[in-house]
Amino acid sequence: MTLKTRLQIPLSLIVLSFILLISGPAWAISLDDFDQYQGTIEIAGGTAHIPVMNEAAQRIMTRNSGIRISVAGGGTGIGVQKAGEGLVDIGNTGRALSQEEINRFGLKSFPFAIDGVAPVIHPSNPVSGLSAEQIRAVFSGEITNWKEVGGRDARINLYGREEASGTHDVFWKRLLDRGDIALTANIVQSNGAMKVAVSNDANSIGYMSIGHIDDSIKPLEVDGVLPSQETAIDGSYSVVRLLYMNTKGDPSTLVKAFIDYIYSDDGAEIIRAAGYIPTK
Amino acid sequence: MQSLELRERLIKATLFAATMVSVVAALSIFALLLYFSLPLFSIEGLRTVISWEWRPFSGHFGIMPMMVGSLLLSTGALLIACPAGIGICAFISVLAPGRFARPVSAIVHYMTSIPTVIYGFVSIFLLVPLIRDWLDKGTGLSLLTATITLSLLILPTIVLVYSAYIREKDKELKLTGAALGFSKSQYFLFILFPLTKKGLIIASILGFGRAVGDTLISLMLAGNTPLVPQSIFDSIRTLTSHIALVIATDSQSTFYHSVFAAGLLLFILMTAINIIIRKIGNSSQ
Repeated sequence: MTLKTRLQIPLSLIVLSFILLISGPAWAISLDDFDQYQGTIEIAGGTAHIPVMNEAAQRIMTRNSGIRISVAGGGTGIGVQKAGEGLVDIGNTGRALSQEEINRFGLKSFPFAIDGVAPVIHPSNPVSGLSAEQIRAVFSGEITNWKEVGGRDARINLYGREEASGTHDVFWKRLLDRGDIALTANIVQSNGAMKVAVSNDANSIGYMSIGHIDDSIKPLEVDGVLPSQETAIDGSYSVVRLLYMNTKGDPSTLVKAFIDYIYSDDGAEIIRAAGYIPTK
Repeated sequence: MQSLELRERLIKATLFAATMVSVVAALSIFALLLYFSLPLFSIEGLRTVISWEWRPFSGHFGIMPMMVGSLLLSTGALLIACPAGIGICAFISVLAPGRFARPVSAIVHYMTSIPTVIYGFVSIFLLVPLIRDWLDKGTGLSLLTATITLSLLILPTIVLVYSAYIREKDKELKLTGAALGFSKSQYFLFILFPLTKKGLIIASILGFGRAVGDTLISLMLAGNTPLVPQSIFDSIRTLTSHIALVIATDSQSTFYHSVFAAGLLLFILMTAINIIIRKIGNSSQ
């Protein structure tokens, strides 16, 4: 080996890494970049994340049939558990990980979107808005008839989520001010189940991720502010949280590419279309 | 000749191994549940779990309402499915002529292949509004809704097991019944039914086991309120849907361990019921 070639190898490495460095931040990745990859990504966890994950997965798989991405729900707890045990590559959570969870599993969190949680009612309900105080009274069981808040004469049917749910966490802390939820509330297991429950019950009230709201349910104005992507961005609606992707340790190259794609301009567009606000 | 003996021994050994695997599996499940619920027992004390209030963030981890929910729901389902099952069995094996019995039997067989989630899903759109709007009782997500749907789920189990038992006895007793001049319904009521009690008990154990173990129907239809119901129109939570709800949202905190306690309770409950009903079955022989 001549001196020239001996020098060439480290030199070219330096040049290469320099090119990689100046080629922009890591999230400037496009669909073309997936051409070099092959393999599978398994995703599970928070149900609010599913619309974003599904759309990104679909785009990537349409572009490159050598990549298989499966997206499952299960909820925040499942996301932590499965990612922590190494059963899935990405575990989604609708809340920040607790210290216990980080210590035990060595998970890395990637927040990618801001989501609002809105109180929702049946579209046929004439009530269009309540004060935060009224909402607290409704959920605590002090107000039990829609008549008392300007609606029709009908019992209020409460729907809630289990205590450690990410959606429940932000609603309970930010809107209910950690107030009690009446024990008689029906408990549903996901954002999707909440939509089914509320859209089928004319006298219902529940709460769910803004991204999951469609015509089958009606978000309720809180103190005159309609929960939406816009009001969450400008700060007038404050019941918001971050959505996280979590990996056990550093993600593999393909999983990293997926996460970068979520952080890319394409990803931001997907996140907006799903009703959330991208963090980047 | 020798190869036959060898084969027999091989079969015996295989069956023994299979039995041992099942026994060890059951025991390890028990041990695992016990191990994982230990922290709760030592930190919080047994009293917080075996109590009546589920408010995890205030330190109340009571799973007794769920225990009551499980028992009420499964017993209710059995109370509907058992008489219906007896009726169907009587119809297909004794009362009805072959061409009527066969389609009924085929439908029951087909019912075993319907996934639980389909029952739950259809009931949400069919039964829940019916109870909420027509009867005007509560939200429709209730003990009653789940009981009705669950009874449909366990019905084929009961029918298939019980009718197999009846068919055997029927072969022995048919002539006797005819000789005594009994009509078909008298024959079933006074001869066949009393003599197949054991089969019915076994069928009920299996049906009850399915009912207690079922998760989706109670999760989707019972409303999941962690309270003891005051009426059949109230919402309940079962041990199984409690486990499903909590693991969907949590993974590490103290009340996560209460889920294992719920599992342990479910396990002990099923073992106890099995032993008791088997004792009854043996004594009634």
